[in-house]
Amino acid sequence: MSTPTVDAAEPASKIDLNESGEGAGAVESFEITLKVRRYDPERAEDAWWDEWQLTMYGTDRVLDALHKVKWEIDGSLTFRRSCAHGICGSDAMRINGRNRLACKTLLKDLDTSKPILVEAIKGLPIEKDLIVDMEPFFQSYREIMPFLVNNSPAPTAERLQSPEDRARFDDTTKCILCAACTSSCPVFWTDGQYFGPAAIVNAHRFIFDSRDDAGDMRLEVLNDKEGVWRCRTTFNCTDACPRGIEVTKAIQEVKTAILTRSL
Amino acid sequence: MTTANSEAVLPAQGIEAPRSGRIDPKYLRRSSSTSGSFEMAAWLFMRVSGAALVVLIFVHLWVNLMVGDGIHQIDFAFVAGKWANPVWQFWDLTMLWLAMLHGTNGMRTIINDYAEKDSTRMWLKSILFLSATVIIVLGTMVIFTFEPCLMNEAGELMERAPSFCQSAVQ
Repeated sequence: MSTPTVDAAEPASKIDLNESGEGAGAVESFEITLKVRRYDPERAEDAWWDEWQLTMYGTDRVLDALHKVKWEIDGSLTFRRSCAHGICGSDAMRINGRNRLACKTLLKDLDTSKPILVEAIKGLPIEKDLIVDMEPFFQSYREIMPFLVNNSPAPTAERLQSPEDRARFDDTTKCILCAACTSSCPVFWTDGQYFGPAAIVNAHRFIFDSRDDAGDMRLEVLNDKEGVWRCRTTFNCTDACPRGIEVTKAIQEVKTAILTRSL
Repeated sequence: MTTANSEAVLPAQGIEAPRSGRIDPKYLRRSSSTSGSFEMAAWLFMRVSGAALVVLIFVHLWVNLMVGDGIHQIDFAFVAGKWANPVWQFWDLTMLWLAMLHGTNGMRTIINDYAEKDSTRMWLKSILFLSATVIIVLGTMVIFTFEPCLMNEAGELMERAPSFCQSAVQ
């Protein structure tokens, strides 16, 4: 298998580029007003709104606008982002009143004739600008035991599962723990005692996993005064989920599982 | 590769992870007075009673407003006539209890969702439960002790008894 490969010279591009760069493929640009809810306890006691006029392009996302401000205008603007491609779950924020990932929200999909409002997610303590303390959120996540518990001895190879059994909880494996759902829940906003959609979604992922043996324990944890029964099915979480998880449906399935177990 | 820097020691000793064990006490779940099973029962009750109330209320409305003379038939005598029948006594009693408990439980969840302070929550719920109890007890008493044609000790109709009682007595 050692056929000699000869690198042919790369053929010249067949696409004629317009001299000025304003050809059919040029990306549209537009003016936006970005309004960000700022909070910095070292500068002021109360939060305030800052506003910037920016020239952005059709391929830009809200995250790009935030970057433009931070890198070129005001370096003190503070927000979380890691991968910037919708999978790390760092940059959930309230954009025009809805919880979205800044890296998945294209500016051109928003109403650019009005200011674009960006706030920190609600219900968790704000530390600075768009950064909140996620610890209460992760505490609820930890309480539902988000790991495989299996009482039988580990096989030498993997634990096998039928495609149907795998499909049962496929939707809830997609969670990236961005907290967009939990911080969109009106029940969570009140006192932060509710376990929240994200914890229930991640419990669902193991409760309905045929390889897991601790489903009963998780159902017991969620059959709490602050557990699944506080869900009012307002569907805010389903609307907020950047991964398209049917969160309310998953919560409902956990409710049904607790109910059928005790009846 | 050579370096004059001292080698990094990993893992760092004595330095805690920035957030380890530091949670705003507001978010720590309190051990609750009501158990999860009660919340589950309340959740189930809301669904079952809701479905039952749809039937109870619409039959009630249809019998009172559509059958016979419709809305014009409703007066004291109409109510008295209905409550002379044990079926309607039972119907109205079930409707009263289910509607009151359904409504009270709904209000309880709203108070739980919106009251931020424990003391506010406690007061609102106390008022709610008290008023619900008064209405349920009063309503139940009225349904079972309702007597349209009150008699005096001599066995005659009292002065202000409604006119239909005359024919009923004779």
